Amino acid sequence: MVSVNADGNSKALIQVRGLNKTYRRGGEPIQVLQGLNLDVDKGDFVAFMGPSGSGKTTLLNLLGGLDVPTAGAISVAGDEITHMSSGRLTEWRARHVGFVFQMYNLVPVLTASQNVELPLLLTRLSRSERKAHVEAALAIVGLQGRADHFPRQLSGGQEQRVAIARAVVSDPTFLLCDEPTGDLDRKSADEIMALIEELVRQHKKTVLMVTHDPVVAARAHTVLHLEKGVLVEAAKSSPGAAAGGAA
Amino acid sequence: MKFSRLIWANLTRKKVRLLLTLGSFAVALFLFAFLAVVRDAFSRGGGIASANRLVTINRVSIIQSLPLSYRDKIQNIPGVQSVTHDNWFGAVYQDEKNFFPQFVIDPENQRKVYSELVVPDDQWGNFLKDRQGAIAGDSTAKRFGWKIGDRIPLKATAYGGGAWEFNLDGIYHGTRPGDDETQFWFQWDYFEERVPQSFKGQAGWYTVRLNSPDDALRVAKTIDADFANSPYETKTDTESAFAENWVKQFGNIELLILSIGSVVFFTLLLVTGNTMAISVRERTGELAILKAIGFRDGSVLFFVLAEALAIALVGGFVGLGLALLAIPILGQSMSGMLPPLVISKTMLATALGFALLVGMCSGLLPGIGAMRLRVVDALRRI
Ligand SMILES: Nc1ncnc2c1ncn2[C@@H]1O[C@H](COP(=O)(O)OP(=O)(O)O)[C@@H](O)[C@H]1O
Ligand SMILES: [Mg+2]
Repeated sequence: MVSVNADGNSKALIQVRGLNKTYRRGGEPIQVLQGLNLDVDKGDFVAFMGPSGSGKTTLLNLLGGLDVPTAGAISVAGDEITHMSSGRLTEWRARHVGFVFQMYNLVPVLTASQNVELPLLLTRLSRSERKAHVEAALAIVGLQGRADHFPRQLSGGQEQRVAIARAVVSDPTFLLCDEPTGDLDRKSADEIMALIEELVRQHKKTVLMVTHDPVVAARAHTVLHLEKGVLVEAAKSSPGAAAGGAA
Repeated sequence: MKFSRLIWANLTRKKVRLLLTLGSFAVALFLFAFLAVVRDAFSRGGGIASANRLVTINRVSIIQSLPLSYRDKIQNIPGVQSVTHDNWFGAVYQDEKNFFPQFVIDPENQRKVYSELVVPDDQWGNFLKDRQGAIAGDSTAKRFGWKIGDRIPLKATAYGGGAWEFNLDGIYHGTRPGDDETQFWFQWDYFEERVPQSFKGQAGWYTVRLNSPDDALRVAKTIDADFANSPYETKTDTESAFAENWVKQFGNIELLILSIGSVVFFTLLLVTGNTMAISVRERTGELAILKAIGFRDGSVLFFVLAEALAIALVGGFVGLGLALLAIPILGQSMSGMLPPLVISKTMLATALGFALLVGMCSGLLPGIGAMRLRVVDALRRI
């Protein structure tokens, strides 16, 4: 279950309380997040929507330990991450978070399998164990045959699938995807979304995803809107509900 | 190491740029080695010179001669072990560019004073018996392909000129690295016999061997005092001071070489620093991704430094390798004009040290930039 209330589920995998983020531009404070609350259970698939500049990326960066909030608390599987030193935070990210960004995900001078292997270089796995994990991850995203291709030899959709393989290869606690289909055509976007759905359904992954595309967002279990610095639940706007005219 | 593939991939990302950067290091290191060897050759005068030898010349200049009669007086000064006299001959072998130093020597004392320049006894014996005999240094003999028994014609440019012929009776070798093996020696008697009257009974300079280097100052003062107020006043110095003064004739070579060397390294630093900065800036996005994945700030700095050091090391080895091949050849072709060029291990180590220092400096600023890079800013910027 996903909740956006302060008194939400205290056993949730991810718990966010009173999250504030204020940027300063030329002395002028810009309040982006203002007392945001969120609970996400293991196995949830959440989509964040909202107009450009509403703070979706900011929220994802805070959840992923890439940035620190101005106020508030984030705990993941019992770990309070808001007060970790930057070194601890780096280790925490390596263990718990799989990132998929919109662009520039892959190192162009490494092959697909070398890119997928990167997070495993930070573990104690042996070379052969790493190889087995990489092969499994590439199989999940359906790119076994492209292991030795360089990013420039892959299509945009395939690159994104390699990025997803890299995000799951070390079996992190949850995945953060910032507009993973933002750069793709409809067909590739659908394939990527089918893949993410499969990760949630078959591999029991927890996924938090930002998108501005309602079709993409509709694949998630829960769609949340970022409005005036807090999250609000969207009314499920299925065609049936609209026709029913509950008014 | 498991990160080596990542470092290697980054190194070889732009092949042309890599080659150019390696080339900069190679050229700079080659130049460094060459300059260092030349500098060393000129300043070695002092180093290779014996502490227990003095050189006595005419107070006016080395061009002016001294009477042969000084010989016995010098020999009788306490502390003097042996003394020998030389003349500069300065003749031409076939062509002016075939320069090598020729000395008219005093066979009786030559080997006592210059004991480090060794001639086998049988060859020396033949030389003593042969009025037109000559001994050549190994490097000069090799340069012209001379063998013992060869007849060597020289065209004199002084002492009344004319063609002189010599028989090569022996070849000498230096026993210390850097010993001059370019000289050509021949008999004092043959010289006296052929030169015009005005040159007879005159020596260009005396070289004095002491019992102990501690006597150097006292003996030098005594010699100069003995001949003070005579028509031929003397100036006596240790061999090293003499060599230093000799080198100073060529100008301040040390300063010249130091300034060229500094410019070379400074330019190298600018070139490689700029290259590293560009190459790191190009991959801001990737560095941000690596950090997001969980690579530590220190690892990112390490990658950049490892890359810069690898370039410095490989480029440096190439440059020094070329220097090892080329310097002996250059030395050969300039033989006689320059003191012998010696490549020392210390020089090679210093050169490599400098290369690594430049590599370190060139990687440091971009590396620190990469280390400080914040993922959120980097991903927003690109
Ligand atoms: N480092 C920053 N400094 C100043 N303002 C920032 C910074 N990062 C984001 N912002 C501002 O915060 C707001 C939210 O940005 P962002 O989270 O990227 O929105 P979204 O992803 O929803 O488009 C925007 O107005 C943006 O300009
Ligand atoms: Mg955004």
